[in-house]
Amino acid sequence: MKRIATPFENKQILGLRAGDNVLLTGIIYTARDQAHKRLSECINQKKRPPIDLIGGVIYYCGPNPAPKERIIGSCGPTTSSRMDEFSPILLKAGLSGMIGKGRRSKEVIRAIKKYRAVYFLTYAGCGALLSDYVKKVKLAAYPELGPEAIYRLEVKGFPLIVGVDSRGYDVY
Amino acid sequence: MRRITSAVIQKAVAELCIKANMQLRPDVLAALKAAYRREKKPRAKDILGAIIKNATLARRENLAICQDTGLPCVFVELGDNVRITGELNAAINKGVEIGYKKGYLRNSIVKDPLSRRGSGYQPAIIHLDLVRGSNLRLTVLPKGFGCENKSRLRMFLPTANIEQIKQFIIASVKEAGPDACPPYVVGVGIGGTADFACLLAKKALLGKITSNQHRAASIKHTLEQDLLSAINKLNIGPMGLGGKTTCLGVNIQTHPTHIAGLPVAINISCHALRSATKRL
Repeated sequence: MKRIATPFENKQILGLRAGDNVLLTGIIYTARDQAHKRLSECINQKKRPPIDLIGGVIYYCGPNPAPKERIIGSCGPTTSSRMDEFSPILLKAGLSGMIGKGRRSKEVIRAIKKYRAVYFLTYAGCGALLSDYVKKVKLAAYPELGPEAIYRLEVKGFPLIVGVDSRGYDVY
Repeated sequence: MRRITSAVIQKAVAELCIKANMQLRPDVLAALKAAYRREKKPRAKDILGAIIKNATLARRENLAICQDTGLPCVFVELGDNVRITGELNAAINKGVEIGYKKGYLRNSIVKDPLSRRGSGYQPAIIHLDLVRGSNLRLTVLPKGFGCENKSRLRMFLPTANIEQIKQFIIASVKEAGPDACPPYVVGVGIGGTADFACLLAKKALLGKITSNQHRAASIKHTLEQDLLSAINKLNIGPMGLGGKTTCLGVNIQTHPTHIAGLPVAINISCHALRSATKRL
């Protein structure tokens, strides 16, 4: 079991291999379909994105509202391939890590290799379990998107499997 | 004539939404536990263990099993001796909204599919069947869209053989691959019209997945068993990372069709196959 923390350093990313079990501690940002569309438009128009992408980690997740006495509801990963169209743009802009479920396109894998990034998988369909690893939640951008808004999550020991490593090796 | 008020329906739907989203169906949980015992590969076993732990935690802590609380599909079986006072559709939709809000369940509905504007808790997808009797039976199936996106329909020639149908179903699961949260439950609808076959495939997901072995021998039953074992040989496994467990169950529903056709529809469910039923 490897442990990593954000912000990622190059050395940390380069040491990861597809299939490794990893525990992540630090800051991750939730973003799914519509947030990706907006972030990409932002970058393409040379505007500053509302979150700091450089060295950052994006989690493909639309969490459930927090029930009483909890800080977040169920918050598992959504299907990564729907973000494939946008990921190369975000990676070029400095994004270091992505967390989701399922396969990535050839273009995304190529971009992961080119920009020395990493794609992680996490327990799919286990949103209740994963909510236990989230320690703090803050709305970060696009509140009007409702469940698709960007949230800043502070996580501790969040369980991951390396899906695509920085050399472009794919666990699938 | 038996009277049922819309207020009673609304309350029942609200409760069913919460129950379905937080309490994994006993047959699905039992199938997951059996798969956990069978699985030898450490990674597959670890993932199945996490899925079972997740279901336990969700039930205990009143959390959604999955953050994708789905598009709520509501199946209504209305007895012909029942008179509803008030509006049925409005009661169901209001019930869904109340249940989802009360359970802190995500609103996953976008009002306009093209502009992608406007989010909300409703409308639910409502299917109404008129049946004999004095009861009203309500079933809520919150259908996640990771797996709904993998639905398939093919209009076969009436001369097609079982092997061709089998290959189509297996290929559809292979195509879903690791993306839609395997191990899957596969619902298949055969017959009727194009739209009706799709509905049958979805209804097939409502049937228990562990009762298959007790069914009498029939073409359908044999096909279910053959498909289950063929799909489990695909080595997709939990999260698509390999293993014996790609599919927890295959349920097929059939219906008479036209002499010129043979519609076959597939509705795949992720391992979090959630539904709850109440008879009023």
